[in-house]
Amino acid sequence: MTKLVIKDLKVGVETDSGMTEILKGVDLTVNSGETHAIMGPNGSGKSTLAYSIAGHPKYTILGGSVTLDGADILDMSVDERAKAGLFLAMQYPVEVPGVSVANFLRTAATAIRGEAPKLREWVGEMKNAMSSLNIDPAFGERSVNEGFSGGEKKRHEILQLELLRPKIAILDETDSGLDIDALRIVSEGVNRVREASDVGVLLITHYTRILKYIKPDFVHVFAKGRIVEEGGPELAEKLEEKGYADYVNA
Amino acid sequence: MSINSNLLERHDSLEPTGREEKWRFTPLKRLGGLHLNATEVRSNTSTIFSGPSEGFSVRVVPASEVSPRSQSDDVIVARVRETVRDCTLVEVNRDAQVKDPIMLSRKNLGSAEFSRTVVVAKSHSQATIIIESFGSAILGEEIEILLEPGAKLDFISLQEWENDAIHLGRHHAILGKDSEFNSVTISVGGSLVRLLPSVEYDGPGGSANLLGVYFATSGQHLEHRVFIDHNVGHAKSRVNYKGALAGEDARTVWFGDVYIRKEAEGTDTYEMNRNLLLTDGARADSVPNLEIETGKIAGAGHASTTGRFDEEHLFYLMSRGIAEDDARRLVIRGFFAEVINEIPVEGIRDRLMKRIDDELVRVGR
Ligand SMILES: Nc1ncnc2c1ncn2[C@@H]1O[C@H](COP(=O)(O)OP(=O)(O)O)[C@@H](O)[C@H]1O
Ligand SMILES: [Mg+2]
Repeated sequence: MTKLVIKDLKVGVETDSGMTEILKGVDLTVNSGETHAIMGPNGSGKSTLAYSIAGHPKYTILGGSVTLDGADILDMSVDERAKAGLFLAMQYPVEVPGVSVANFLRTAATAIRGEAPKLREWVGEMKNAMSSLNIDPAFGERSVNEGFSGGEKKRHEILQLELLRPKIAILDETDSGLDIDALRIVSEGVNRVREASDVGVLLITHYTRILKYIKPDFVHVFAKGRIVEEGGPELAEKLEEKGYADYVNA
Repeated sequence: MSINSNLLERHDSLEPTGREEKWRFTPLKRLGGLHLNATEVRSNTSTIFSGPSEGFSVRVVPASEVSPRSQSDDVIVARVRETVRDCTLVEVNRDAQVKDPIMLSRKNLGSAEFSRTVVVAKSHSQATIIIESFGSAILGEEIEILLEPGAKLDFISLQEWENDAIHLGRHHAILGKDSEFNSVTISVGGSLVRLLPSVEYDGPGGSANLLGVYFATSGQHLEHRVFIDHNVGHAKSRVNYKGALAGEDARTVWFGDVYIRKEAEGTDTYEMNRNLLLTDGARADSVPNLEIETGKIAGAGHASTTGRFDEEHLFYLMSRGIAEDDARRLVIRGFFAEVINEIPVEGIRDRLMKRIDDELVRVGR
């Protein structure tokens, strides 16, 4: 049983006009096995929340805390956070020229698991995971994310989710830019991980359509750097009808 | 200054002052006096071959027997040609298919040395030549490489000198009809290395692929001036050099001059140079230069970039649990991979990757 606790988190970025506060006190707890949807308009700070938890150096923590089973996440380096069980599927996965997908995945799995997976089992594991996400095995030889289509990048993120089996997964707009078939394939991937493990999921999205495939237990509405409303799945339906206007103009 | 006028520039005074276009990036004080007429430099052939030779020969012959085949206005080359009495001659037999690389090496040259090497790949031969350099040296050299029609030659030069070495050299290839020249120039050691890898053609259908890898750390000056003279029609050239720099006063200079003469119709050329700055205090100059005298070409282009280490790459890898050092190594290896993966000898690929890893450990990145 794992618990990610975010308390009064305040985060800023350095801009030309000095430090700008983007997250203005976020409170959220995600337990193993739970799926939380975070929904909010563009620019409300959703990615900032995701990156801050993962430890992106661009963001400055101005206050509050994030703990994973009591351990202070904010005190850890980026790789330590991943080893502690956090995973971020990025909205814009980074291209890393010259580093092959196969080499990258094996290096990452070795780091996360603490030992190199046995070669034969690993090959099988990769093959299965790739085929269920409809990823061409030839991708193994390509450079990480380089020249991938938007959909391919997202499937590659979920492939990592399946192989790295985190305790808490943050999925930042994994649905954006996907056509209906790709959305289904990616959602099935997430659901496989949810069934096979006790992962807690923080599903960040702009649209409600992914929630038809991945059913959330809780929905949080995000606006202007904080959570402004919380509820169950029915809240997503309300957003579907009314949009974010009420929150943005509030 | 245009390549053309550069090419024809006369060396009235053999001693450069540092104001010449060709020398203005080079710290003359660090040449060990090789460029000065007053400096005594001995003629020597310390480039050593050992091992069985089948399909080729390596001999030391009087320089008069192998007169220079190409023109050069380089001061060092002029001094080398005046001084050198004996010349190392490597000949690959006609139609020979030499499987194992022909390894030439030199190490700790003692006093300052001028040397000449001539490689002749006879028609329709196939071979790989590797020249490796270790230890300390003050060396001025010219290597001329002649490819007869239909010959295929892989030519790898490794500058793995000690940190006090000075090495000025011209590696000039003349490509006969339908010949294929693949060269890899690797410069990782030395205090000052200044190489002139150049190509001209002696018939149509020639194809030159010039790869380069360099890694400069504190105080090193590594300079490569590539010159492709498309002096005949329907020939091809590709140039791809990648360099990394780390540490205070790490310095690299790359020039890529491609000259497509009026008669060089159907030329196909592309040259590229990418530099990765790993720390502050390092400086890379990169100057691609294309001069075209005919519109009837198949293609011509160039690209040059010099950039800092991308922290986003590091973040992405680390967010998957990969420790910072390992992530950095992966990214830097990845940067070089495009070129290194093309090196035709596996042993050299591995050796170079390891050397790059060692350099990174040494500079604490
Ligand atoms: N590096 C940055 N520099 C300046 N402003 C930033 C930076 N990152 C994010 N922001 C600003 O912070 C706000 C929230 O951005 P983001 O977290 O990406 O929102 P969302 O993911 O909800 O669309 C936006 O107004 C954005 O312009
Ligand atoms: Mg976002």
